[in-house]
Parts: sequence; C-alpha cells; structure tokens
Amino acid sequence: MSSMTTRSINSVGNSATRSAAQTAVAAFAAILLGSFLLYGVGFAQPQQIHDAAHDARHSFAFPCH
Amino acid sequence: MDLIRRLFTAALVAGVLSGTAASVVQQATTVPLILEAEKYEVVTPPPATSASPAGAPAHQHGPVREIGEGVPTTLDEAMQRIGLTIAANLLTGVAYALLLGAAILLAGRPVDARRGLVWGMGGFVAVSLAPAFGLPPELPGMAGAELELRQLWWLSAAAGAGVGMAALAFARNRLVIAAAILAAALPHLIGAPHPESAEGAVPPELAAHFVTASLGGAALFWAILGATCGWLMSGLVRETESRPALRVQPGAR
Repeated sequence: MSSMTTRSINSVGNSATRSAAQTAVAAFAAILLGSFLLYGVGFAQPQQIHDAAHDARHSFAFPCH
Repeated sequence: MDLIRRLFTAALVAGVLSGTAASVVQQATTVPLILEAEKYEVVTPPPATSASPAGAPAHQHGPVREIGEGVPTTLDEAMQRIGLTIAANLLTGVAYALLLGAAILLAGRPVDARRGLVWGMGGFVAVSLAPAFGLPPELPGMAGAELELRQLWWLSAAAGAGVGMAALAFARNRLVIAAAILAAALPHLIGAPHPESAEGAVPPELAAHFVTASLGGAALFWAILGATCGWLMSGLVRETESRPALRVQPGAR
C-alpha cells in the first residue's frame, strides 16, 4: 500500500511538467471538433447534408425527419 | 501540441475502425429495413407552381410516390448512397471518439483496451440507450413530433446520462452525484416529445426489428470505439494522471 501511495505521489510530481492547462486545452479542442462534426453528421438540416447522412442518422437513431 | 496530436490520432483511428465496423453491420441489418420502410413513406409533392416548366412531360409533375411503390434506384445511385452512408459513419465515429477521448483525458485515470471498453459501454448507454428509452430509433415514414423538439430532447437525454454516469464513477461529493442523477432522470421525467397520434405507415414488426438492429449495431460500434480509444490512449493518460482523486486511500477497495 505504501509503495502505491509513493508511486501516485511521484506521478503527481512528474505531471507538473505536463500541466493541467495542457490537458484542458487538448480536451477542449477535442470537444470542440467532436461537437462540430457530430452536429454536422447528426443534426444539421440543410437538405444535402440531411440526404447524405440519412441512412447513418437513422441507423444511429438520431432524430432525422 | 504533442498531447493534442496524440489524442486526435487516437480518435481518428478509433473513429475509422468503429465507423467501418458499423458500416458493414448496417448494410446487413438497418439499411435493408430503412429501404423497406421507404416503400411505405409517402412523399408529399412539392408546390405545384415550380414543378412544370413548359413542355415537360406530364408524368414528371411531382415525385409523388404511392404507398408500396418503393424507391427507384439505379446501381450508381445505390453505390453513391452506400458511399455517403459510410462517410457519415466514419465522421460519426471520429466525432464520438473525440468526445470520448476528451472525457478519458479529463477523468485522468489510466486506461487500456479493457477499461476503454467500459468507457465505450458508457458512451453506448449515454447516446444510444438513454435517448432510445424515450425516442425509439425511428424508421422513415414513422410518425414523430416536431424535429427540433426531438433533437433537443435527444441531446438532453444523452448529456444527462453522460453526466450522471461520470458523476457516479468519479464524483465524491454526494450533492454533485445527486444533481447529476437528477440531470440524467429529468428528460425522462418530463417525457420525450411524441406526436399526438402515432399513425405511422410503417408496419410495427419492421419498426420493432429496426430498434433492436440499431441498438445492437450501436453497441458493437461503441465497444470497438471505446476499446480502441483506451488502447491508443494508454500511454497518454498515464503520463498526464495528476488528479488528487487518484491518490490511493488506505482501506479503500
């Protein structure tokens, strides 16, 4: 138990080099792009986008029509 | 930048693999049902004014299909349709993998393929099972309430379920957990928007079959997506684990 505690404390120390801010920026970028793509493929209503993604939307159970 | 690049690479690979698997499964399960259902879908004719330029043959006045007539397609149209569906599936895979990867990164717990599988099942519950509890996967031609209302409800049910599961897994504060569970339950307590009368033209057997096919395919999709994300992010999160919550508490578990 004590060795596990030591290791976790070490890892906290090491990760100071890769800051929480970097993690937050990477996660935010992924959420931004992921949401944008998801909106386009699953929710956007322009006719051509709707038609292109039609079968995928139904299969993934997005509300489509 | 390195972190972003590796996160995006993992999401791209996971999305392409899961989207490809979903495409194969869909062509064998959901897509034939969609095509079958479209035979029952009555297309409303466009406004009569624009339909007939002078001299156009009389039978082209409007794409009105009778029930049971089916959707006429050539081989080219069919191939294009399959290609677009595959592209949409790949995009869906990458989009969900980016969101799942971000969640894994924010949770800050070590992952591998097996833990990624659990994350993937969480994704399945959030965006497939929870919305389907109120809005069953629908075929073309089924009766439905207004689209924007259903999209909004779908989003709230998915987001609520995601927040609820994340809180149950990671939160320590009971108030936070209670609030998250309420967020997950609220869309279902309010109820999904449904049409005043459920009078779709699609046979109920077809609709029921489609629900199971859609959910089964989504489960496989999420299993592959989650496991791949976990596998490719295994080195990534171990290096970034920095949450105090990770500290081993003597006597815990």
